[in-house]
Amino acid sequence: MDPECSRLLPAFCSVLVDPRQAVADDTCLEKLLDWFKTVTEAGSSLLLLQENPCLVDLLSHVLDLKPQDVSPRVLSFSLRLAGMFAAQEDCFEYLQQGQLLLGLFGEAGPLSWAVWSVPTVRSGWIQGLKSLAQHPGGLHFLGDSGAVDALFSLQGDSSLFVASAASQLLVHVLALSMQDKAEGSPSLKGSAWPACAQKIVAHVEASLCSTTALQITQALNVLTTTFGRCHSPWTEVLWGQLSPLVAHLLDSEPVPATHSLVDLLLSVARSPVFASADCTLWETIARMLSCLSPMQTGPLALGTLKLQHCPQALRSQAFGVLLQPLACILRATAQAPGPPGLLDETTQGCSMTVDTLLSSKSACVGLLCQTLAHLEELQPLPQHPLPWPQTLLVEAVVIILRLCDGSAAPSSSEGCRLCGTLAGCIRVQRAALGFLGTLTLGTSSWELVPQVFAILLETLKSPASSPTVLKKAFQAVLHWLLDSPTPPGCSDLGPHTPLFLRELFPVLQKHLCSPCWEVRDSALEFLTHLSMCWGGEANFREVLLASDVPKLAWQLLRDPESYVRASAVTAMGQLSSQGLQAASDSPGHPEVQQGLVGELLHILSVDSEGFPRRAVTRVFTEWLRNSHADVVQDTEWFVATVLQMVSRDLDWEVRAQGLELVQVFLAQTLGQPNPSCPYAVALPKVTPPSPLPEVLRTLCQMQIFDFAFRALFDCDRPVAQKACDLLLFLRNKSAPCSGLQEAGDSSDVASVEATLERWQVGEQGQPLGSLEPEVVLAALRSMDLEGLQSRLAESSDHVEKSPQSLLQDVLATVALLEENVADCY
Amino acid sequence: MKLYCLSGHPTLPCNILKFKSTTIMLDCGLDMTSALNFLPLPLVQSPRLCNLPGWSLKDGNAFLDKELKECSGHVFVDSVPEFCLPETELIDLSTVDVILISNYHCMMALPYITEHTGFTGTVYATEPTVQIGRLLMEELVNFIERVPKAQSASLWKNKDIQRLLPSPLKDAVEVSTWRRCYTMQEVNSALSKIQLVGYSQKIELFGVVQVTPLSSGYALGSSNWIIQSHYEKVSYVSGSSLLTTHPQPMDQASLKNSDVLVLTGLTQIPTANPDGMVGEFCSNLALTIRNGGNVLVPCYPSGVIYDLLECLYQYIDSAGLSSVPFYFISPVANSSLEFSQIFAEWLCHNKQSKVYLPEPPFPHAELIQTNKLKHYPSIHGDFSNDFRQPCVVFTGHPSLRFGDVVHFMELWGKSSLNTVIFTEPDFSYLEALAPYQPLAMKCIYCPIDTRLNFIQVSKLLKEVQPLHVVCPEQYTQPPPAQSHRMDLMIDCQPPPMSYRRAEVLALPFKRRYEKIEIMPELADSLVPMEIKPGISLATVSAVLHTKDNKHVLQPPPRPAQPASGKKRKRMSDDVPDCKVLKPLLSGSIPVEQFVQSLEKHGFSDIKVEDTAKGHIVLLQEAETLIQIEEDSTHIICDNDEMLRVRLRDLVLKFLQKF
Repeated sequence: MDPECSRLLPAFCSVLVDPRQAVADDTCLEKLLDWFKTVTEAGSSLLLLQENPCLVDLLSHVLDLKPQDVSPRVLSFSLRLAGMFAAQEDCFEYLQQGQLLLGLFGEAGPLSWAVWSVPTVRSGWIQGLKSLAQHPGGLHFLGDSGAVDALFSLQGDSSLFVASAASQLLVHVLALSMQDKAEGSPSLKGSAWPACAQKIVAHVEASLCSTTALQITQALNVLTTTFGRCHSPWTEVLWGQLSPLVAHLLDSEPVPATHSLVDLLLSVARSPVFASADCTLWETIARMLSCLSPMQTGPLALGTLKLQHCPQALRSQAFGVLLQPLACILRATAQAPGPPGLLDETTQGCSMTVDTLLSSKSACVGLLCQTLAHLEELQPLPQHPLPWPQTLLVEAVVIILRLCDGSAAPSSSEGCRLCGTLAGCIRVQRAALGFLGTLTLGTSSWELVPQVFAILLETLKSPASSPTVLKKAFQAVLHWLLDSPTPPGCSDLGPHTPLFLRELFPVLQKHLCSPCWEVRDSALEFLTHLSMCWGGEANFREVLLASDVPKLAWQLLRDPESYVRASAVTAMGQLSSQGLQAASDSPGHPEVQQGLVGELLHILSVDSEGFPRRAVTRVFTEWLRNSHADVVQDTEWFVATVLQMVSRDLDWEVRAQGLELVQVFLAQTLGQPNPSCPYAVALPKVTPPSPLPEVLRTLCQMQIFDFAFRALFDCDRPVAQKACDLLLFLRNKSAPCSGLQEAGDSSDVASVEATLERWQVGEQGQPLGSLEPEVVLAALRSMDLEGLQSRLAESSDHVEKSPQSLLQDVLATVALLEENVADCY
Repeated sequence: MKLYCLSGHPTLPCNILKFKSTTIMLDCGLDMTSALNFLPLPLVQSPRLCNLPGWSLKDGNAFLDKELKECSGHVFVDSVPEFCLPETELIDLSTVDVILISNYHCMMALPYITEHTGFTGTVYATEPTVQIGRLLMEELVNFIERVPKAQSASLWKNKDIQRLLPSPLKDAVEVSTWRRCYTMQEVNSALSKIQLVGYSQKIELFGVVQVTPLSSGYALGSSNWIIQSHYEKVSYVSGSSLLTTHPQPMDQASLKNSDVLVLTGLTQIPTANPDGMVGEFCSNLALTIRNGGNVLVPCYPSGVIYDLLECLYQYIDSAGLSSVPFYFISPVANSSLEFSQIFAEWLCHNKQSKVYLPEPPFPHAELIQTNKLKHYPSIHGDFSNDFRQPCVVFTGHPSLRFGDVVHFMELWGKSSLNTVIFTEPDFSYLEALAPYQPLAMKCIYCPIDTRLNFIQVSKLLKEVQPLHVVCPEQYTQPPPAQSHRMDLMIDCQPPPMSYRRAEVLALPFKRRYEKIEIMPELADSLVPMEIKPGISLATVSAVLHTKDNKHVLQPPPRPAQPASGKKRKRMSDDVPDCKVLKPLLSGSIPVEQFVQSLEKHGFSDIKVEDTAKGHIVLLQEAETLIQIEEDSTHIICDNDEMLRVRLRDLVLKFLQKF
């Protein structure tokens, strides 16, 4: 331990046990516990205690305090600290000698004090024991001290944190007690298990047979954690012993603790111990799938389908359960059943699903949203069921969307009821659109595309669609446009797409004028994505340029909402990169003549919000990287102008993005920085187009150094870090430029260095003056950039987090409190 | 209690309620959709309309070509537009005692009723309803009168000829009763019969019933009405809204415990959400303007226009439309905009509180001040000097058959840059546009109807729980175009009673009680006797005095002192004409015990028969019948008074005397 910390510890410990001095900030104690943890993990705890006897004194003092004087925080801290020390066997024995541990964790300790009613204390007690239970000695201690019984009752604690910790500790104790015993003989019978394990198992068994749902839930939670964490052979024996009891729960009506039961079965099924076929487990899952309500079986079915190893029959059953609500919807709306597939085999349990769907709006919406979310989750997984009934799923989702927007016209009475229930239901619409988006994955039948396009277009057109629904619809359209299959032999965008685009753009135009800013924003984002992917497609370009979309997007650069302006900047940046911006000859729009660069520079210089300015710098960086036509005309002027605006920006992200712009510029002028990763593919060396001294002179004229030095001392660390990297790169690049090395005038260099020092302490008012390359190079070489880089790499609170600082904080707070007390007199 | 249904239009109702001895007309709506069958009245000579070809029968007979003109496959009557009045033959309208108006849209037929039927009663309405209703009527009269039409078509109305016409003229109902618009004089006379009322004000009608207007949340001064007597309550809900727009919120609580709730005036576009429609309106407006086009909004001079202007007030700056002029053209534009600002007490809470700042409740004041919104009485005069394009014009009439809107349709219809946006739900936009075809301008339909939708109705009915609901038949089945939408109809228990035009409904509702007052001195003389716990009885002898539908029990007049000096037997002989006071009997006769008692008294051969109302005890030997029913007992025997008296006494033993 740090000697300074050792020096501070006694005072700290005495403050803790002094009932007159309260520790106000328990985050300090938490951080100190973290520190003790690293100290004890790194070395001997026994040695630590021997060197710092004040720690043991602290523990015994806590026990000696009068119950009313004990602060719950300090007691909890001491319990956790004691547990941490006792994790090492020798230290455990050392503490045992003084009966300290029994005092702290035994039945006569805090367990029986009034302060036990405070949840922090109970939590500290459990965590202390958990740290302690690392070795056979600790295990015996737990058994002898009566702690296990206390844990049983803590499972039902009023504090959920305490209850959960108690349950986890029970699992930990069970696993620890079985650790040595079971490894040698995997088939060890339950009756031959250690007493502690037997006690826990017996408690679980008794709870499983209980009639109260709470006890059953507790037992199931312990088992779920056990099978989730322990994958030793003994768990198989345990399951063999308990599975009949678990299966028996299914005989009750209604089945108790269904959520926990589902979790347990899935936890067991996921355990590698049960990789070999365990018939009883699969039978239980199959039974559950058939007897629970549709809302309850959903998560179990999804979990089952996600399993790596699972009998095919069970997978089919689970998939059937998952598809059932959609099958019911299709049937109720009298859609053509389609080719024989999975959806036709799901009649079993269908009435229960139909009942749920028709019972109430909330039940119907809940079930459909859950089903759609589950299917959305399942779709991209490699183990998703095969054959995947793509066509039927698309049809089901389309009909759900039609029920939501009221355009479906079912003839059956169930269909009409559904129509009334789902009409205008935003939640279901969103879930359906989300799933529809993922349904493009692996779609091979392009025949589905027209009906999907039709419903998406209707959703986008409908005035009733809410902003969130529109956003989802835009996302789904993107998926279907970019990933949808094309019929064989059809090149380009597929046969339906051009027609769809022609219908889509008027709708997009309308949404760009929406009074709701979220809609304008989603429409712009959509435009950006689409043009990014399809900027080169002739069909797309033709439709886009024939529409007013580019013009409207341009107008949104002046939108009153900053998010929309930012999205408009990004969209226009993208359109302009692809040569898709509005034709500059349109009369009556002076801003068009001014040029997009001018407009964006205007935003950068005057916009009061950060988002649009950030977007502008990102667009400019991208333009520079891709040699945008407006930029290559006069790159140096462009970069210098942008930097001039960015350098004084109040938003650190804008400044950081400015440095990114410089980085790209330098890479283009001086060549790529050396890849830091040794395995990175080495790019062919680009010879700088001009001799280095000239380049440096240009950089000086562009005031790039001025900008970089200013950023180096930026109050925001990421900016300073980036500037440091940039200057290091420049220094390395200019190393071969020996011709300039000694040429600097020493007085100029000294003046620059003096200015920089002032900048470093925050006095950035003074300008750096016109810099000469020689002076810059000299200044660069004289600076400890590497040192600065490593200092910047440390997090900003590294000083505040040190243990000395924490200990000092505690002591200082107490001192301050004392002063205040004196003031009162 | 009867309901006479004079209008088939669910949102322009006109019903008559006969309740106790009063005849109450509920609303006086005028169905103006009939105007759609007529050619538009252009303000400026329109060569296009003048040159439309006359219509001739299939056989080439052209005798109707002066009356009917053809435009893009549709046939229109070339005459002054006429309106379909409420039924006038179903009931003698001169017997109507009062007319209750619920909102300014539902009083447009008032002059027809008050001026031409012998009506002598009173009309009740709130002040904003009257003022804005006057503006609507004034605008209507002005629109029609300023374009005098020389000819008047009536030949086509002949039933034999009408059969030969194409749809929709062929199917138009009761064309013979269609009437031209009233005059301003008739309007003034009709409005003079209105008595102003305030929300929650109780108005006694002849002492029989009390009527009370309640805020309905739909428009300035719009009301629902409670019509109640002491023991009966009828609620009349017409054109109500639960949305937060400019009017005072709807008063739902007072509608509770109604025996009958008459429900009319629900939203005409149940599938359209007003918020979404306003968004659609703004988007399309901005899109058109940005493309250099003009926007035409056919509208009424009051109502939704206030909300639209408020939305635009918030939207135009953000959409970069601040420099675009907004014109509101109506003969009553100025009055409408100003009236809206002075009815503070009738506005929602937010707007009311603005008045105390003091600020105008509606932001259109600022739009006018900053010259963004300009209003003119018509296109003639100042407007033509100020007119600048692109612009947005709000003007009437929404039917597109008369008013300044006709001019703008002719002016802008040819360019696809322009857009007409329909926000009023009263007219089918396709029918409204028919005489302007072929049309190049874009048409956007965003009907904004803030009235109750079916979900809100279902919640309302659950909340107020009326015993019976009566509504137009249109609300009891899904709309014809969406027959599967079972959610688009009223769903309540018991199912609603429906009505259609010219139908008379007997309301399922029996009047059982009437309130009678007892004078204090009479009440003082009563001596109640408890016959079972909680129930006491007393006999009353009094004079029932009925006047002005109020009933009072007064002590009977003292009889003139008889000339003879006979002493009275009892104190109770104060009551005149009561010779012998027979005791009142109560209780029921247990048949088995009664039979046993008969046997005990020597009767044999007794048979008991059960009947629908009670029992018959047959004394076969004595050839006697005893009928025992809930409220009567008869002993039928042949001239054996002794036997009857014996039997009577046996019966009386089982009854309590009072």
